[in-house]
Amino acid sequence: MLIVAERINSSRKAIAEAVLSGDAGVIKHEAKIQADAGADYIDVNAGTFIGEELKRLKWIVEVVQDTVSTPLCIDSPDPLVIAGILPIVKETPLINSITLEPSRLDTILPLAADYGAGVIALCQSSEGMAETAEQKVRMAHELVEKAEEAGISKDLLHVDPMVYPVATNPLSAVATLEAIAAIKNEIPGVHIICGLTNVSYAVPERKLINRTFLVAAIVRGLDSAILDPTDKKLFGAMKAALAVMGKDEYCLEFIEAYRAELIA
Amino acid sequence: MSKLLSTIKEAVVNRKRKEIEGLVGEAIEAGIDPTTIINKGLIEAMDVVGEQFSASDIFVPEMLASALTMKMGLEKVKPLLTSADQPSRGTVLMGTVKGDMHDIGKNIVNMMLEGAGFTVVDLGVDLTLEKLMEEIERLKPDLLGLSALLTTVIPEMERAVREIGEKGLRKNMKIMVGGAPISKTFAEKIGADGHGADAAEAVALAKRLMGE
Repeated sequence: MLIVAERINSSRKAIAEAVLSGDAGVIKHEAKIQADAGADYIDVNAGTFIGEELKRLKWIVEVVQDTVSTPLCIDSPDPLVIAGILPIVKETPLINSITLEPSRLDTILPLAADYGAGVIALCQSSEGMAETAEQKVRMAHELVEKAEEAGISKDLLHVDPMVYPVATNPLSAVATLEAIAAIKNEIPGVHIICGLTNVSYAVPERKLINRTFLVAAIVRGLDSAILDPTDKKLFGAMKAALAVMGKDEYCLEFIEAYRAELIA
Repeated sequence: MSKLLSTIKEAVVNRKRKEIEGLVGEAIEAGIDPTTIINKGLIEAMDVVGEQFSASDIFVPEMLASALTMKMGLEKVKPLLTSADQPSRGTVLMGTVKGDMHDIGKNIVNMMLEGAGFTVVDLGVDLTLEKLMEEIERLKPDLLGLSALLTTVIPEMERAVREIGEKGLRKNMKIMVGGAPISKTFAEKIGADGHGADAAEAVALAKRLMGE
């Protein structure tokens, strides 16, 4: 299971304040706790700084890279921001994200190919979001085709079928789960990732819905996730699901996480 | 040489399944005697693992992963052994008594006994007394291990111990019993030679019964 750690995002108040005041300590701490919890990539996002996203993100990237050697996940919809960050990252990164929209697809894919970077690809197009499982799967096929045309192999691609709030459409999570199973079956070799928090929009105890969805997604074949690895209940549900699904021989990773007090 | 052996030992203790074959290969190439690799590397490691388990420092799956690592190492050395120096601490006949189909605990004990260097012959579950007697006479094991999980089959275990004795089959064979409902007191009451509360205790008991 590949973990993209999501905590360094300027939409969080503490992060925005640290960035504005140049408080590197906060960012360093966030980087370290996520790396220690087992992050494979540390997502960095400065999207709320409109007009100065690149400048702010550069600072974050430098601080994080001073602290940990974990590769980064460059999180921006803006190709210019991604183009500005790629030359300064030390380890091969993930790019978060492309969609089927030509403005992102045609600019970001060539950059990713140049740097050998992995790409998170959302099942979303200019026509809109994919709501049914069929739409999601069709878009996943298109994304893989586009990536391969740009010289990016399937194993560098993390397709995100997208999940929408169960509060507004009770079958939206089911559609995502069915899409995960179908993508795994129809496009072997491609990674399947999913952001979790959309699913619980407007319901109480959101985290409980998030982790229940994560478990269901792992059962269907999710093999990477964007999440907070320091959330012990969420991380615990993930580790338990992997053990139950036979993806953790002798439960050794589960036990290791237990000993390290990473799960609850 | 001792460095390589301690590396092998550590690899088994730390469940390094990907590394063990390579390490044992290195030891073989370095000219270390195969029985030394087994005794001083692999088996000593399982002694440590047994102690860790008894002290509740590790969990059952960790113990099993070590046993598997040990077995992988053993398979690598085995082709080099002549039949004369096949080391065995003794032969243990294992089985779950009649009326009981449970075998998870027994299988863990099997793995740990093998890990400790015993030769284990597993007769399976729901074992009739006739079959058991037959196999004892045929294989002449040093030890017999009887397992039970269901309280309802306890009389069956008692009967097995008694009749094996009456048939004179206990002269050269000791009997160990175990399983969730089996206590030390019960083991003594039915005249078994010993009782192990868990896999690590079962191994320690087996060694003791072999006079080690």
